[in-house]
Amino acid sequence: MTVLAPPTISRTGQADRGRPARRRRSWTGWAFVGPFMAVFAFVFVAPIAYAIYLSVFRTRLIGGTSFVGLENYQQVFTDPQFWSATWRVTLFLLVQVPIMLVLALLIALAIDSGRLYGKAFFRVAVFMPYAVPAVVATLMWGFMYGSRFGLVGNINDTFGVSLPDPLSPDLVLASIGNIVTWEFVGYNMLIFYSALQVVPKSLYEAAELDGASQLQIIRSVKLPAIRGALLIATIFSIIGSFQLFNEPNILQSLAPNAITTYFTPNMYAYSLSFSGQQYNYSATVAIVMGILTMIVAYAVQLRGTRKDK
Amino acid sequence: MFTNRRAFLRTAALATAAITTAALAACGSDDGGDTTTPVSADQVQAALDKGGSITVWAWEPTLKQVVTAFEAKYPKVKVNLVNAGTGNDQYTALQNAVAAGSGVPDVAQIEYYALPQFALGKSLTDLAAFGSGELDGTFTPGPWSSVKTGGGTFGLPMDSGPMALFYNKEVFDKHKIEVPTTWDEYAAAAKKLHAADPKAYITNDTGDAGFTTSLIWQAGGKPFAVDGTNVKLNLADEGSTKFATTWQTLISDKLLAPVGSWSDGWYKGLGDGSIATLVIGAWMPANLESGVPAAKGKWRVAPMPQWTAGANAAAENGGSSLAIPKAGPNNALGYAFLKYATAGEGVKIRVDNGAFPATTAELKSAEFLGKEFPYFGGQKANEIFAKSAADVVPGWSYLPFQVYANSIFNDTVGQAYVTNKPLADGLKAWQEASAKYGKDQGFTVG
Repeated sequence: MTVLAPPTISRTGQADRGRPARRRRSWTGWAFVGPFMAVFAFVFVAPIAYAIYLSVFRTRLIGGTSFVGLENYQQVFTDPQFWSATWRVTLFLLVQVPIMLVLALLIALAIDSGRLYGKAFFRVAVFMPYAVPAVVATLMWGFMYGSRFGLVGNINDTFGVSLPDPLSPDLVLASIGNIVTWEFVGYNMLIFYSALQVVPKSLYEAAELDGASQLQIIRSVKLPAIRGALLIATIFSIIGSFQLFNEPNILQSLAPNAITTYFTPNMYAYSLSFSGQQYNYSATVAIVMGILTMIVAYAVQLRGTRKDK
Repeated sequence: MFTNRRAFLRTAALATAAITTAALAACGSDDGGDTTTPVSADQVQAALDKGGSITVWAWEPTLKQVVTAFEAKYPKVKVNLVNAGTGNDQYTALQNAVAAGSGVPDVAQIEYYALPQFALGKSLTDLAAFGSGELDGTFTPGPWSSVKTGGGTFGLPMDSGPMALFYNKEVFDKHKIEVPTTWDEYAAAAKKLHAADPKAYITNDTGDAGFTTSLIWQAGGKPFAVDGTNVKLNLADEGSTKFATTWQTLISDKLLAPVGSWSDGWYKGLGDGSIATLVIGAWMPANLESGVPAAKGKWRVAPMPQWTAGANAAAENGGSSLAIPKAGPNNALGYAFLKYATAGEGVKIRVDNGAFPATTAELKSAEFLGKEFPYFGGQKANEIFAKSAADVVPGWSYLPFQVYANSIFNDTVGQAYVTNKPLADGLKAWQEASAKYGKDQGFTVG
């Protein structure tokens, strides 16, 4: 953008010529930035503006559409279903994200250490699940979780044991966490691994000359060097957790009683809109959830970058 | 495969959510007039002579043959039969099309339970304007009263689902269990069967709104009372309580197979005897034949178990009407097809292809009643279905927002199936959540 800023007018130029010249130049700037602004307005700003517009109305089966101001927002803040959904994804975030990131980091460090045979194979194998579409992955896991006809059922039959049902209300969130971890561990591993690749090797040599052990190198050289990547992966994971939808939505047909229509905020917005025709309230839920996500992600980023300095 | 397709549909739907909602509000305020000008039979005939093309949204399989015959009879008319999804998927598409004011079909299949919601939303044409009154007596009372909702006739009955007990005779014979005639006997049979074979269950149930409401209907319950925009809910009335008490014992004793209907496991269970009975609508035989071919000859049909010994009460389960969306481009031609398919020559074509009719004439014809089903060992099953159709308890009504209420059934009642929460409490929670939605939508809920 700085390239497009109009150059400062020469002080020696005459005052009466200055004004039209400035106007012409500013038009030229808009011509360059225009196509971008048009696409930006249409693709990014318009949907959000439209959602905000929707959220201040209410359409009823009886009585039609009316302007309600901020009533929908008031309703969200006292809506137990919305908060139970938000609490559920928060719990998911607090448990699943650390497990996934630590696993990804361990794998990245292991591959980066150069002491692993078949390094390329492991890198591809761990990354592979990310290439499987979430819908397919969830269906696949859903079949394995089946306690009657699935893998769990087969294990029960073969060994005469009775494993807890992964799709029961108590365990279903953990089962979803397992699927998500499986899907995204490779993706995060790749972020960490590529960050490790650019760490200058001379740092390791220097550390070794100073008599540092491998653990110390990891703690004092590698981890600080990839802090940026860690931060990015964390923020992506936070956003991903708050937007949890595909996995529970697909498993719902296998476990309709364990996964409610308001299991996650996104599912809640979806069923409000598509089963209940409550587009206005659905838009409100989406906006509030978007703002919450931004706040949490921003807080994490602030904390992360402060440590960096 | 079913799961797969639905999942894909949902995902696709979500992806286009923003666009859809955008289209919605753009045209949402466009409120057409309420009055429908009468259309005479001559005008409908004129539309047929003039010809044109109409779009029909339906998933009912036998309509395909009806369309072929209709086009042969009226060569100037072209009918586009579109499967826009089954049940809720189609309603969502229809609601969106109506709200957007474009892409609305001329004729749409709408199940009886969903009809009031569309009628109330002023999305459908009152067929009285087309002279549907002349069809009085053509249809059996249950379906006919289902389409007469909110002071008009908003669809013509296409099929019906009087309930019956489908049971696997082989399993019953093997364990020497009598075919139950009351629900108490049914519960006893469930216990006996599961004790004899721990892998076998009397039936499957993971919480199904349509099934639950049908059983409450049979028990004489009237949990939903609707008068215009006044709605009363009482899922603790006598009939509902009867159902909750009996079904609670089946749930508590773990006598119901935890398998969702229409799942792969369900078809498998129906085939291998681990799901021994189904209490379901009379449209089931065609599904058994196509979905469970291995069990051919093993299954039989019996009347529904009764809540009171010796009684003859039945209920409807499912069943659809064909309706004309107001915003459809060609209402007159739509009605011509509607009448042909539901009350004209189309009925015979559909019955011949395995549909269960809603017309009195077909239900009473000797040919229909005498039909022997090889799948049921040569049993004349239609006699039982027709008797059930005549025994349907009158006076039932669905909520004017039943589509939504059913969508939250598993959030509330479904909890009784997976936790220690009593079924009666689940029904209460369902009632409260539905009442809240009704109030939000502007109904007077008492």
